Amino acid sequence: MSEPPQPCITTRGLNLWYADFQALFDVNLDITRGLITSLIGPSGCGKTTLLRCFNRVNERYGYVTTTGEIRILGKNIYDPDVALVELRKSVGMVFQRPNPLPISVYENVVFGLRIHHPPGTFTRAELDEAVEKALIEVGLWKDLRDRLDRKATSLQLEQQQKLCIARLLPLKPDVILMDEPCSALDVEGTRAIEELMFALKGHYTILVVTHNMAQARRASDECIFMLLGKLIEHSRTEDLFLNPKNPKTAEYIEGRYG
Amino acid sequence: MFAETPFVRSKRRSEAFAKWLFFAMSAAMVLPLLLIVGYLFVKAAPSLNINFLLDVPRRGMTQGGIWPAFVGTVYLVFISLAISAPVGILAAVYLNEYARDNWLNRMINLAVINLAGVPSIVHALFGLGAFVYAARLGYSILSASLTLAIMTLPVIIASTREALASVPMSFREACWNVGATRWQTIRAVVLPNSISGILTGVILQVSRAAGETAPIMFTGAVFFKAVQKGEVFAYHLNEQCMALSMHLYTISTQVPGVKESIPFATAVVLLASVLLVNAAAITLRALMRSRKKW
Ligand SMILES: Nc1ncnc2c1ncn2[C@@H]1O[C@H](COP(=O)(O)OP(=O)(O)OP(=O)(O)O)[C@@H](O)[C@H]1O
Ligand SMILES: [Mg+2]
Repeated sequence: MSEPPQPCITTRGLNLWYADFQALFDVNLDITRGLITSLIGPSGCGKTTLLRCFNRVNERYGYVTTTGEIRILGKNIYDPDVALVELRKSVGMVFQRPNPLPISVYENVVFGLRIHHPPGTFTRAELDEAVEKALIEVGLWKDLRDRLDRKATSLQLEQQQKLCIARLLPLKPDVILMDEPCSALDVEGTRAIEELMFALKGHYTILVVTHNMAQARRASDECIFMLLGKLIEHSRTEDLFLNPKNPKTAEYIEGRYG
Repeated sequence: MFAETPFVRSKRRSEAFAKWLFFAMSAAMVLPLLLIVGYLFVKAAPSLNINFLLDVPRRGMTQGGIWPAFVGTVYLVFISLAISAPVGILAAVYLNEYARDNWLNRMINLAVINLAGVPSIVHALFGLGAFVYAARLGYSILSASLTLAIMTLPVIIASTREALASVPMSFREACWNVGATRWQTIRAVVLPNSISGILTGVILQVSRAAGETAPIMFTGAVFFKAVQKGEVFAYHLNEQCMALSMHLYTISTQVPGVKESIPFATAVVLLASVLLVNAAAITLRALMRSRKKW
């Protein structure tokens, strides 16, 4: 209570170019640890781009240039001693379309453990335990405990998405990035994922992109509004929706409701 | 109401005409194939038996069987693919999974595409210069196989890349985002899901390697080689060998007085082996495809 909340992700003067098209302009951001922060804004404003900066996936395109600073838990992720592989281990990503690997449920969950440790590091029992723990955490254990050898791609979409979240957990990530995690799901599925986000809150810092204003309002503690690559407003969700400080924010949320 | 106007009628007629025309053209494709196969079989019938396959040519190749040529072709095909498949697959993995879009990789791509278009007689000449003389391998199975390998390589690269590209990008992203390296991604996800396509592509090259005459004629195939009847390890890598395609050419055009059914039977053996291998490839692909689902 007395301690001020600790920022988990900080950016200072972050600019990003796709070749000569600038997609992010001078973004300064402090994302509070352990909270759910939602990222809203019209299509093409750079939400996905910003999200992908945090685990440095953007670099895969050879033509991306980034300037400025991104710190995660105080560490500048562009420092030369940062190993990409370790960074991605602690900053997990969930996609718009669930993308479980075409292997069994069990193997999906332990995939991260397997690739980050030499073969034979874990006993079968340890792996079993990791699977059980992760699936309990995302609420799939009851449904899938007897079907762990089923192919993950044959599950329902909602289960697939939960499995994609479960896949991150054995690696004990600090941050979970979600890019419109519910847009492929129906109302039921959306609610299930939102509940899951609540359950995970506190243990992980969650950053979620959404086009669904109501979802941002329901499911997040803080909210960031972006427009044309710039960060317009960042405040507690209630404040942003009830008393937007910036007229552009007001326009956007009213436009969407009106 | 809803009655046919003259315009609609004329449209319907041209529609029917077009459909028949297209059907006739596709049927015309099947006919020659059936005719060729049927004609071959009828002409070959007097000589077609297991002894023809296992026996050696006799009486100056005018009688007897084709065993040395058959074994030679098996050697050439097998060795050439054993060389070109690993090289081609690894190259394709690099091009598809690692290569960024820069001038060097564009050059490599261009080279692969152009290599696929080089006529086989040019490959033959290249093989003669490069392997027989420059590399001092002489006229030998090794030279001929290397030449065939160079010839099949670009096609194997292309078909492997196609198989790799058919693995959805989202699988790779899933791996990268839990921190898998590219190699881990390739081994865990990309190869297991494309291996059937890759193998099919390789196996389909058997027919090309088995059918070509010029490249092996320049580098390692001979008219005649004495071999024991039914002997499997008939050749050494550094000797020349007989081959079905070359043998067919020889007995059809160079040797007088060959029993009429023998060239046809030789062609049937060549065709049947190739078709058998292709059928195996197709079965393999169907089997593996039915097991994967996404
Ligand atoms: N790989 C890329 N190469 C070039 N330009 C890109 C690339 N990805 C995104 N952009 C551009 O960058 C801008 C921001 O894109 P981004 O995908 O981050 O927007 P977004 O807010 O996530 O949009 P949406 O809500 O539609 O998902 C867009 O103008 C887009 O055209
Ligand atoms: Mg987006």
